[in-house]
Amino acid sequence: MRKLFGFHGGIHPPAHKTESTVRPIIHAPLPSRLVLPLKQHAGEAAIPSVQVGDHVLKGQTVGTPASKMSAAIHAPTSGTVIAIERHAVPSANAHSDVCIIIETDGKDQAIDFTPFPFAEKTRAEVLDHLQAMGVVGLGGAVFPSAAKLSADHGQPIHTLVINGSECEPYISCDSMLMRERPDAVVNGVAFLQHLCDARDVIIAIEDNKPEALAAMETAVKQHGGGFQIVTLPTMYPSGGAKQLIKLLTNIEVPGGRHAPEYGVQCFNSGTAYSIFRAIALGEPVMTRIITVTGNVRTPQNYEACLGMSFRELLNLAVEESNTDGHIVGGPLMGYRIDSPDMPLVKAANCIIATSKKLFPPAQPALPCIRCGQCVEACPADLLPHDMYWHAKAKNLERAADYSVRDCIECGACNYVCPSRIPLSQYFKKAKVELAVQAKENAFADASRQRFEQREQRLARYESEHTVSLAGDTHKAPTGASDDETALKNAAVQAALSRARARRTSSS
Amino acid sequence: MSADALFASIAVATGVLVRRALSHLRYDAATLENKINATLPQTQCGLCGYAGCRPYARAIATGLAGINRCPPGGEAGIEKLSRLLKINTTSLDTSRGVTKARAIAVIDEVHCIGCTLCIQACPVDAILGAAKQMHTVLSRDCTGCELCIPPCPVDCIDMRPLPAGIH
Amino acid sequence: MKTTAIIGKLSVTKVMFKVMLGLVPGIIAYVYYFGPAILVSLAIASVTALVAETILLIIRRKPVWPFVSDMSALLTAWLLALSMPPLSPWWLTTTATLFAIVIAKHIFGGLGYNPFNPAMAGFAAALIAFPSPMSHWSPPNQIASTRVEFRDQLNHIFPEFANKRFVIDAESMATPLDSLKVHVSIKEKIEDFSYLPIFGKLAGKGTEMIAITYLLGGLFLWQQRLITWHLPIAFLAVMAGMAELFNLIDPTKHANPLFHLFGGATMLGAFFIITDPVSAATTPRGKIIFAAGSAALTFVIRVFGGYPDGVAFAVLFMNMCVPLIDAYTIPPVFGRKPKKSSSEAAL
Repeated sequence: MRKLFGFHGGIHPPAHKTESTVRPIIHAPLPSRLVLPLKQHAGEAAIPSVQVGDHVLKGQTVGTPASKMSAAIHAPTSGTVIAIERHAVPSANAHSDVCIIIETDGKDQAIDFTPFPFAEKTRAEVLDHLQAMGVVGLGGAVFPSAAKLSADHGQPIHTLVINGSECEPYISCDSMLMRERPDAVVNGVAFLQHLCDARDVIIAIEDNKPEALAAMETAVKQHGGGFQIVTLPTMYPSGGAKQLIKLLTNIEVPGGRHAPEYGVQCFNSGTAYSIFRAIALGEPVMTRIITVTGNVRTPQNYEACLGMSFRELLNLAVEESNTDGHIVGGPLMGYRIDSPDMPLVKAANCIIATSKKLFPPAQPALPCIRCGQCVEACPADLLPHDMYWHAKAKNLERAADYSVRDCIECGACNYVCPSRIPLSQYFKKAKVELAVQAKENAFADASRQRFEQREQRLARYESEHTVSLAGDTHKAPTGASDDETALKNAAVQAALSRARARRTSSS
Repeated sequence: MSADALFASIAVATGVLVRRALSHLRYDAATLENKINATLPQTQCGLCGYAGCRPYARAIATGLAGINRCPPGGEAGIEKLSRLLKINTTSLDTSRGVTKARAIAVIDEVHCIGCTLCIQACPVDAILGAAKQMHTVLSRDCTGCELCIPPCPVDCIDMRPLPAGIH
Repeated sequence: MKTTAIIGKLSVTKVMFKVMLGLVPGIIAYVYYFGPAILVSLAIASVTALVAETILLIIRRKPVWPFVSDMSALLTAWLLALSMPPLSPWWLTTTATLFAIVIAKHIFGGLGYNPFNPAMAGFAAALIAFPSPMSHWSPPNQIASTRVEFRDQLNHIFPEFANKRFVIDAESMATPLDSLKVHVSIKEKIEDFSYLPIFGKLAGKGTEMIAITYLLGGLFLWQQRLITWHLPIAFLAVMAGMAELFNLIDPTKHANPLFHLFGGATMLGAFFIITDPVSAATTPRGKIIFAAGSAALTFVIRVFGGYPDGVAFAVLFMNMCVPLIDAYTIPPVFGRKPKKSSSEAAL
């Protein structure tokens, strides 16, 4: 049994997982319309590679990666591209993005999927393939996996951690995936181990998922690759990447640095699964498993096409009529959306229908009584009450002194605060403003440098010019008479006025 | 040790400690000027009435100028200065100008005559070009100071809003 | 909009209510040893506190119900009433409570903004303004020469309404700490005056039992995770340590640690007074420093100062130091801690 190192803080909210794990994963039926945002990943949006009117097949690339920090987008089923336009997309700050809108034809005709000959290809070729298959991190941050694996941090990876902890309440998609398709997940992990060249592989699962643990233990034993399954005591946020790494290896990755710099890579179990499909089956990312839960009659997990509307998924789960809102993600780190008429994207692991009974409306915040519950709960060893004090006073430098940039925005402090203060919202705002300020400061510094260099250059010219003038007293005559000069000046002036007039008339 | 000697040595020790502590508070005028300059937006536009950001910083450091004369810095800049100098904020002196949204200069290449007057005016060398060659503004480096607009004889420079993703 | 949709069970009202629950065993012991007068004082203080808070909130144009219902004023009133002499006249209780709520709490900004512990501020103000009534302590019932009936206790609390023929006959007897100070000052040895009826097995008769019930109440608070171990343990440890040190140096002048732990307001202070979250330090190391400082100052005032017990002044002084303590004891952040050993990873 591997020793666990623990981390400071953490909370134990009611898990609400059993509601959605009594039924197996169901394949959601093909919707009639798919709205595929071109940006379903961190980094640059994909570039459309189809046009309106094109007929597309299942698995066909409809968006190509724009750069290394990008991933491809594929058609989840066959149909016709009817539009490429802006549509509301699920995100923390409500906005719309360019999407490829496909009207499906119900035939589900696919391109030929051929397994990728992993053993014969170089690492770079495998990573290109993963990018072309649209593989991104499915833990929520949707970081393009190829970019994550290709970044060189100057350190060999000694430990590969597979995050199956799924610590946030309500979400159960990873646990169901590991329960029902453990062999595929383990095979994906094997590919990852190869790509990372990791010595140790640890698959971490919380102890409130006994079926997933059992299934994965069997699969790992059968695979025989020496992967370790570690049972974690259920606690939020033990699934936070840095907290998980501390738990398993006692390595604390500070804010601003990345785990690979310390020799550890961490991938979500769902990502391992999509890597398996991309390499062993040659299938791009076209669907994802999403937990539909909360104020619905049959909460459960669906494997649904990307681009399917949340509303259709909620209808499948039979949403109750007294639903008053929806949360995408979990109740601690998720975000509310205005309307469920938004497409399923790679980042959406869960959608919760809320009601007044299940999620009582937020009470007005009282002043902070400095009780210190937030300090006890913070997994990043921060002092949330002090950061709040300074962030509220818009004193961002003091908030930064208290390391607000290291806040992982897990919401544990919100959960424990007796005064009901939405602490992490203040921290998120402060972090964004600090980042903007840092950019502005960097620009101002660069401008100042350019200005000072220019001043130096001009001073140098002036001293050189004075020196040369001192030795040059004879000025060559132009040979032009005064009248000619005057005529020339007049002509120049006339040309300038004509140019000005042309410009103002055309502007 | 007699009581007198005890108290005398306590007094001396206290004096030494107080002097040490206070020495950290002594204002070095040059350092202060640098610190102030570091908070200014480096637009070098001269709207404050001084010949650039550093002269303005020097004026603030020596107490000759108020902290509310910089329109590109805006209210946020005044707040930064008030925190740095530990004095009260005042609202921007709008006689110096108003805070505008960040914009960059764009040269209309159809009408540019290649006179280099704008290049000579730009305080941060953000305009690329040479005599009788096409001039263009390097958008990434333009601070929006608008000093290039008056010299242009054909009025072919416009201020346009910042394009997305430029910074 | 990113939001936390679920919330834990704790609310400010619940926190205050549980702390008051922790005081109940102490109150019961108090009534047993000193009669029911304390309940009247508690009532007077409570009513004054709630009325004062309501009026102040209206004046300050703040929402009244959310703030009054959080019961923080009520808790302040209880702590104050329990710190003051049992038969304090109603005007003394009222004045102290008004000072605590109006000046120590609301003038500074109300809940969450007061730098000083309001109950201790009220106590200190009353002690300085009315030294005589604040020194009028009663003996516990078991050693009083005549047992004071409840009606007479009421007459003490409301002297204006007392029967004209009523003669104040309740004894005033020095508290154990006071006796210690007085007898030591006249150069008597402890072993020579420890026979006095005021002294019980550990500290003072009656008051030592009340202190034990406060200790039990404090353990309840700790079990409920309302307080961490830092504050009470540091306070009691430093108090005991200093008492032991001085006791070793001169046992004829300085009482043993148990006396100091169970005498005076030590237990009430350790678990209920210094744990007021708004005015105490909030970082773990800061809490230890804060509590240690409070205990050390309390002991110094007890031994060398002019007052028999120094908890109130000690706590108020340390309250002033809290911003500095907090600033210098910020715990290291995740990932930026100094390495404990050369190999931090378990491989």
